[in-house]
Amino acid sequence: MKSVLLTVSAIAMATITTSAEARDQIQIAGSSTVLPYATIVAELFGENFDFPTPVVEGGGSGAGRKKLCEGVGDTTIDIANSSSRIKQSDIDLCAQNGVNEIMEVRIGYDGIVFASTIDGAEFAFTPADWYGALAAKVMKDGALVDNTAKTWADVNPALPAQDILAFIPGTKHGTREVFDVKVLEAGCEATGAAEAMKAAGDEKAEGCLSLRTDGASVDIDGDYTETLARIDANRNAIGVFGLSFYQNNTDKLRVATMDGIVPSTESIASGEYPVSRPLYFYVKNAHLGVIPGLQEYIDFFVSDDIAGPDGPLAAYGLVSDPELAKTQEMVAAGTPMGPLN
Amino acid sequence: MSVLATNTPRKGSLLAVDDRTRRRNAAERRFQIYGRIAIGIAIAALAVLLFTIVNNGASAFRQTFLVLDIPLEEKVLDKSGTRDIEAMKKVTTIGYGKLIDKALQDAIAAQGIAVEGLTDKDVKNMISKEAAGLLRDRVLSQPDLVGQTLRAKVLANGRIDGYIKGRVSYESAERDSNVTPAQLRLADALKDAGILSRKFNWDFITTADASELRPESAGLGVAILGSAYMMIVVLVLSLPIGVATSIYLEEFAPQNRFTDLIEVNISNLAAVPSIVYGILGLALFINFAGLPQSAPIVGGLVLTLMTLPRIVIPTRAALRSVPPSIRDAALGIGASKMQSVMHHVLPLAMPGILTGTIIGLAQALGESAPLLLIGMVAFVRDFPGAPPEGFFDPAAALPVQVYNWTQRSDPAFVERASGAIIVLLIFLLAMNAVAIVLRRKFERRW
Repeated sequence: MKSVLLTVSAIAMATITTSAEARDQIQIAGSSTVLPYATIVAELFGENFDFPTPVVEGGGSGAGRKKLCEGVGDTTIDIANSSSRIKQSDIDLCAQNGVNEIMEVRIGYDGIVFASTIDGAEFAFTPADWYGALAAKVMKDGALVDNTAKTWADVNPALPAQDILAFIPGTKHGTREVFDVKVLEAGCEATGAAEAMKAAGDEKAEGCLSLRTDGASVDIDGDYTETLARIDANRNAIGVFGLSFYQNNTDKLRVATMDGIVPSTESIASGEYPVSRPLYFYVKNAHLGVIPGLQEYIDFFVSDDIAGPDGPLAAYGLVSDPELAKTQEMVAAGTPMGPLN
Repeated sequence: MSVLATNTPRKGSLLAVDDRTRRRNAAERRFQIYGRIAIGIAIAALAVLLFTIVNNGASAFRQTFLVLDIPLEEKVLDKSGTRDIEAMKKVTTIGYGKLIDKALQDAIAAQGIAVEGLTDKDVKNMISKEAAGLLRDRVLSQPDLVGQTLRAKVLANGRIDGYIKGRVSYESAERDSNVTPAQLRLADALKDAGILSRKFNWDFITTADASELRPESAGLGVAILGSAYMMIVVLVLSLPIGVATSIYLEEFAPQNRFTDLIEVNISNLAAVPSIVYGILGLALFINFAGLPQSAPIVGGLVLTLMTLPRIVIPTRAALRSVPPSIRDAALGIGASKMQSVMHHVLPLAMPGILTGTIIGLAQALGESAPLLLIGMVAFVRDFPGAPPEGFFDPAAALPVQVYNWTQRSDPAFVERASGAIIVLLIFLLAMNAVAIVLRRKFERRW
């Protein structure tokens, strides 16, 4: 019993002594879309620098930003990955907890692709088709009516007569936000449904984002591997994927065009492909110079060798930012972000 | 009585089976058949589970390697020629990658292999990106190697490995943007030349996790170590606390409403879903006590909370099964209550206690839900240090590593996730086997 007590007290002692020491590895959390890029950079960073490999966690963009804003000190994370821009509520929370300076680093762009199984039919979509297929209320003969479309051909005669079944990212994903804005809202505008809703008293046309609930549209709260498994099981379904996921599974997926543009790193970099979004990470400036290697890590992340068009991130599917040089300057100077515009 | 009296005597021979007996016998046979069907379904489900896991995962233990003669040129790796480590560190993995690349080009030329449509990029992508990092580490630890030609075993790219394992075919390579049919033809040629081969892959057990660009080098080392650290914490904390609680409740505590309440609560705690302990751990150990994220100590503490009731219940059962005559005899010859418990009851209950503890630990080892909440699902490349400081370094855990790998987009991680399940099952089987052996060997029945 005595030795057991000794061990217990030894552990308790170790707890006290170690937690007083400063953390020596960078801690990162946030978006599962940015996660693979962050792990690639962390791995190369650990390999080529004398600092320990950063610890990277997923959990979602919103969760990561919330963790970043928990406060200053080595029990809080240093960097939050995010696939959508930081919100005013996050900045307020940060300020409340003493995190005053945050650096916003845009690492590049990611596209969202619409794909079926490799032996599926060929699709050429427009945002209006998706709105017509998935929205709860659609325009028909100049009036808003409940959506009754059964097949894609019902929505747009140019599309194959295949039952509508779409697997879209769940609401906790950053991807969903882009899908909402760039596909549903755009489609809502294009079909004139938005105007009809405004005329009916829905000032902000919020009805654009309400989807039909009869099973034609399925939210996937897991990740893209789950979406892939689901369209494998339902061979006439269409899934929504990130560009990088699609590029790693081109032998299993057949991608659809959007507004006639085939999604690729080139068409996204040029801005032709409509459904794309910037990816960010947010750095807590108070930790620069305190956590060893933090400045080196972010410099390394945005360097041409890594985030440039020929770097490993581009090889994995990131569309590199044409304004990377500006970001490098900002990171080197440690400029915090200004108020959201 | 009257029923018996009016009952007519049984007709016919005792040996002839009447209808009622036949029905009863048939019912019994049916029941036995139901039982066999139930067992059959269970065994079939287990067999299917094991078959799919082994079928998917066994290949993770074998990996495709290339054996190359890599010229470690001084003009690339050590321009100053002084073998000064600090100066040599300036050469990044990109420089080392070029050397390996050149070694493969030379080997192709030396073997006279000609593949149509093969580009330099194809050749470069035959080799895992991990190889350059490993070579750099090796050269930096042995600077004398510079200037020599090193015969080294390097990992092949995940897609090439997939081709050798039958996951990638010429047909899928046509559509796959990460591999070309020319690379597969080159792989065939290299295999015939004896440069490329499949070998047992110890690295799967010993190395750390890897990013999505190099699934071929992902290993379980950090996860195994992290799980081991957590089990140490759980054992050291939950065994003494659990046994002390059980002894007090069973032998010393008065029987009143308060102890009844405690007993009910312990049974209830054992049934609480494990994710609840994760939320508690996040609030208590990380947010309040300020312990680090992703650290085995926090994982261990959370799993200790979860395991405690699961150790207390079998321990109390073991103590209760020691006959009162043992206690009475000890007390009768003048032992104190404490002496009777420590010298007689506890040793006799020990096999039961140990069995309960090991089964509790095995459950804790396979638990993933509470660990997700305390940051153990992170990407960790560095091994935690030696205990006790190592308890506070970030680490992964086996079940969480399985979860982590199933979410990656590269199909090669599916194989590795199944491989990790095999390793986890082996650990669980070993622990349960130890529990069975202990029980068989030491258990006494009265």
